[in-house]
Amino acid sequence: MSKVMVVTSGKGGVGKTTSTAALGAALAQAGQSVVLVDFDVGLRNLDLILGAERRVVFDLVNVVQGDAKLPQALIRDKRLESLYLLPASQTRDKDALTNDGVQAVIAELRERFDWIVCDSPAGIEKGATLAMRFADVAVVVANPEVSSVRDSDRIIGMLDSKTLRAERGEDIEKHLLITRYDAARAARGEMMKVEDVLEILAVPLLGVVAESPEVLTASNLGCPVTLHNPTGPAARSYSLAARRLMGEDVPMEAPASRRGLMSRLFGRKAAA
Amino acid sequence: MTLHAETTPQPGPKAAPQTPLQVTPPQATPASPGLQVRGRSFMALVVTPQVPLAAWFADLDAQLRDAAGLFADRPVVVNLSQAAAEGRDATLILLDGLETRGLRIVGLEGAIPQLLTATHWERLPTQLHGREVAEVRALKRPDAAPAAQPASAQPASLLIDGPVRSGQSIVFEAGDVTVVGAIASGAEVIAGGSIHVYGALRGRAIAGIRQGAAARIFCGRMEAEMVGIERLYRTAEHWGPELHGRPAQLRCDRGALRLSALD
Repeated sequence: MSKVMVVTSGKGGVGKTTSTAALGAALAQAGQSVVLVDFDVGLRNLDLILGAERRVVFDLVNVVQGDAKLPQALIRDKRLESLYLLPASQTRDKDALTNDGVQAVIAELRERFDWIVCDSPAGIEKGATLAMRFADVAVVVANPEVSSVRDSDRIIGMLDSKTLRAERGEDIEKHLLITRYDAARAARGEMMKVEDVLEILAVPLLGVVAESPEVLTASNLGCPVTLHNPTGPAARSYSLAARRLMGEDVPMEAPASRRGLMSRLFGRKAAA
Repeated sequence: MTLHAETTPQPGPKAAPQTPLQVTPPQATPASPGLQVRGRSFMALVVTPQVPLAAWFADLDAQLRDAAGLFADRPVVVNLSQAAAEGRDATLILLDGLETRGLRIVGLEGAIPQLLTATHWERLPTQLHGREVAEVRALKRPDAAPAAQPASAQPASLLIDGPVRSGQSIVFEAGDVTVVGAIASGAEVIAGGSIHVYGALRGRAIAGIRQGAAARIFCGRMEAEMVGIERLYRTAEHWGPELHGRPAQLRCDRGALRLSALD
């Protein structure tokens, strides 16, 4: 049975696209067939993160408007054969997407894939509402800081009211993914703690991804972080999150970045 | 208390009451087209004070508390047919009393002219022609009011079984709002009665827009951006950090908001 999953946050720059690519790649590594759909029409990024930017011919807008067939627009990943990308258009804007058109494309994708992962644009306008509209599952990405948390709260409210499932009176499965977490700074009170974020958002936790330089490195190389360095802490967090999405009962690991550990060691030395 | 609405042709040419408003250029000034006088009818409310006047005023005050806008921007005609029997002093006190309550008296009915001589009421028209309008404002009797209100509908409270998210606005004028969960930063709940929050109150809560000063706000954790009752409000900077994060109650005490911890 296929699942439509939206990765959303409200606020920009918290790691939606990075998380879409990493979770999608992790699901594909686990043997699922996955398509990543970029809904950020006009500001597409997912193709870059996946290193597919030079292979884009047709895009989501072409398919929605009937100018291209879906198989023409799908780009298969060169590293994982069950991972596909449906890119966004960079030259159009979000008004080029229509409710009916998106619904038809999603229905077609449902027949071919286990997971349809929709990368939402930032904001709460048309692009974001269309990206979440047909979702069964939502991954809400938040950074441990107040503005991101409040925007995520707003998005959760919209998931509960503006999606098709919500309008039918059904529940939409929601998960919280905290990214750019720095355990050391949280311990010093410079950053919100995981518990604080959970207390405010009241959504089950999918995972905590520590702040890590390897994430940016992987993005710049056009490779999902789960493929770039599968043993690194960020990749491990995303892989565990993907297993939880597939219904496995994986216990949470205490988030600790390598830098956090170092600074804790130094902190102890200084104290001694 | 009963009120009657009447159309009252304003002082001017004596038109038949039934004739609808018509432009009637006054015949006395045919040569000056610059001056135009128009006849127009307005809806006036006719109040008929009953004796004893003290009890009648108590009823009136109760009505005004329930519906403050009842007489707003409405011309009022006072029917003195009963009150005039109380004598000149009582009549003058009655009219002053109505005026201090904000009623705009434009005319009198049933007055004995000598009662009002040498007062500023003397110049008010006493011979008004009007007709009863079908739409008579039947006001609820104050003694019947408490029984009639709750019987009319289901319990006037709203239960929200979960958090109120940022950007959501819950407006429930009919009564109390109970939230089982938090009210997020950037969310607001507005209630006609009291607000009960079994969680953290981080956004805005305004209580008592119907019930007034008797409404209260209770919350499991006080972290609000703004709280208010009726027309009074406070923002977070008005209360100190000692209340932050504690269960708290907000109430209106003699015209001032009081915020106190519940633990």
